[in-house]
Amino acid sequence: MTVESTAARKPRRSSTGGGKRASAKKAAPQQSTEPELVQLLTPEGKRVKSAKNAVYDAYVADITSEELRGLYRDMVLTRRFDAEATSLQRQGELGLWASLLGQEAAQIGSGRATRGDDYVFPTYREHGVAWCRGVDPTNLLGMFRGVNNGGWDPNSNNFHLYTIVIGSQTLHATGYAMGVAKDGADSAVIAYFGDGASSQGDVAESFTFSAVYNAPVVFFCQNNQWAISEPTEKQTRVPLYQRAQGYGFPGVRVDGNDVLAVLAVTKWALERARTGEGPALIEAFTYRMGAHTTSDDPSKYRNDDERVAWEAKDPILRLRAFLESEGHADEGFFAELDDESEALGKRVREVVRAMPDPDLMAIFENVYADGHALVDEERAQFAAYQASFADTPAAGEVK
Amino acid sequence: MAVQKLPIAKAINESLRTALENDPKVLIMGEDVGKLGGVFRVTDGLQKDFGEERVIDTPLAESGIVGTAIGLALRGYRPVVEIQFDGFVFPAYDQIVTQLAKMHARALGKIKMPVVIRIPYGGGIGAVEHHSESPEALFAHVAGLKVVSPSNSADAYWMMQQAIQSDDPVIFFEPKRRYWDKGEVDKEAIPGPLHKAVVAREGTDLTLVAYGPMVKVCLEAAAAAEEEGKSLEVLDLRSMSPIDFDAVQASVEKTRRLVVVHEAPVFLGTGAEIAARITERCFYHLEAPVLRVGGYHAPYPPARLEEEYLPGLDRVLDTVDRSLAY
Repeated sequence: MTVESTAARKPRRSSTGGGKRASAKKAAPQQSTEPELVQLLTPEGKRVKSAKNAVYDAYVADITSEELRGLYRDMVLTRRFDAEATSLQRQGELGLWASLLGQEAAQIGSGRATRGDDYVFPTYREHGVAWCRGVDPTNLLGMFRGVNNGGWDPNSNNFHLYTIVIGSQTLHATGYAMGVAKDGADSAVIAYFGDGASSQGDVAESFTFSAVYNAPVVFFCQNNQWAISEPTEKQTRVPLYQRAQGYGFPGVRVDGNDVLAVLAVTKWALERARTGEGPALIEAFTYRMGAHTTSDDPSKYRNDDERVAWEAKDPILRLRAFLESEGHADEGFFAELDDESEALGKRVREVVRAMPDPDLMAIFENVYADGHALVDEERAQFAAYQASFADTPAAGEVK
Repeated sequence: MAVQKLPIAKAINESLRTALENDPKVLIMGEDVGKLGGVFRVTDGLQKDFGEERVIDTPLAESGIVGTAIGLALRGYRPVVEIQFDGFVFPAYDQIVTQLAKMHARALGKIKMPVVIRIPYGGGIGAVEHHSESPEALFAHVAGLKVVSPSNSADAYWMMQQAIQSDDPVIFFEPKRRYWDKGEVDKEAIPGPLHKAVVAREGTDLTLVAYGPMVKVCLEAAAAAEEEGKSLEVLDLRSMSPIDFDAVQASVEKTRRLVVVHEAPVFLGTGAEIAARITERCFYHLEAPVLRVGGYHAPYPPARLEEEYLPGLDRVLDTVDRSLAY
């Protein structure tokens, strides 16, 4: 089964009856051609060489064994971190976790395509991209533990805060890219979003603005097939990457479980942006192997057969097969990585469990940059109220 | 030539010009702000002099305008955004409330959001639906935003300067029916703080608190009351977030009576907040309950009815009489 035929066109359980679907199809004849999918590694780990991929292939043609091992390491450690976070949620250490399981190749491939001076605007699931940008993974856990609403300095790694309101960050990315162009800089911006967000007005407006101003921004859509319980068919009648055409910039669908193809296509799009050719849309065709978040139960709305089918296209297994068959890595590498993975898991557990609750007065901190009389008044009232309890630590003390 | 007599619209125009000249990071963005100079001509001539890179005609999408302004601010720019009319700000309300207002706090203070959102607001110009509203309370309610409104040309000039210099997002409500009212602007003056209320007319019997377009109505009411031997103090609030409660309190402790006037519906409006706070602060000074004059809990009416809907001289004086009767 090819990637294209799995989830994109297969009718899933749908509230729309067969008759309605048929008539809808008749009313609007198929406008899209068969989705093209850029793939450089098959699910079995075989390198694909084809003329139609040549333009992208060129971006990874001289990739070294070390770089390939690096991609593998990133994916393995990201998955380990993600699994650890899921466990920590189950243990009550985190309030919530949004797992990226299954999307490692989409995130590592695109994240590793960025340059240090590029700027990244994530959703709340871009743990792998954060890893590539050098954000300490434990920093990502603060908001899920409930000790802050962000927690890292976006400018330290050019990695913006997680954005929870769906699609809002695509406009921030576009504005930032407009600024990059005004500054005459040759860096680029990448905006992450998902198949669900593709329905948001902000995403449509970001396409319009970026096209009109020729902003150096790459829109990276991880189509993981599910927006909580709603399949992609509930968001769109055309393959998502084809939307770009209507805005006047290129759209590409890439095998989102093929780290090499994602790396190549994202490098291509970022280079276009840097050289003044404007925005591009990448649809990374992938699959959310787990729940939307730890609060979700996917068995309520999707068939396990689908997940099993996607397991066969696992991004990590396919790169491992390639590394082994082509002699890019030996047993020692994999053994060392296992140890590193264990160590990461241990560190994440320790850091999270030791993460203190914020000081009570943090409620009033950074509400305004220049201060605000009402906040000052309420802070003083709150402090006085808290101080009226004999067993409450004074403001500034850690509980 | 430091002192000029300018209409409010021109004072804002001059203020934007000064900001563009002084700081290369200042940008003007909005629908029709370029060649046309905005539908009220507030940005007239700015694109001609500063170019399309700094005075930016945007696509017709308010969320997009504010959302990209946030991105530009993240890049170090200081965007001044125009929303064409009050009733059209709502597509951008999500970006303003969920993103713009909270960004500084979410980043634990690491990033700032120096974005000004200019909104011509209020009625009295005989406009069609969605062109006459006063939504300031919807913004003042949101932590992270500052909300101001000038009532005269000097404030229009200086408050805009201060709003642009602020590292916090400022929602700048412009009293559109007063755009053509002239007043003196001294560009070499030293302005008072942005969020301080100002006594526009001194009085001893009752305090009228107003802002934006209603200051003029209150000054006229005070002049009319004087003829009847009543001395009304008029306090121009200027800022709805934060509110200068100290100034209101000081005035009420003197006059012992308070009436708050705004075009916006009174229900859960600025006047409600002022009434609650001042009742608490001045409970033993008050000779009468704090009264409010404002819009009704109904959609803004068709233009032929707006004169009766809007607080005017008679309604203000009627309420003054009610207060004095206690």
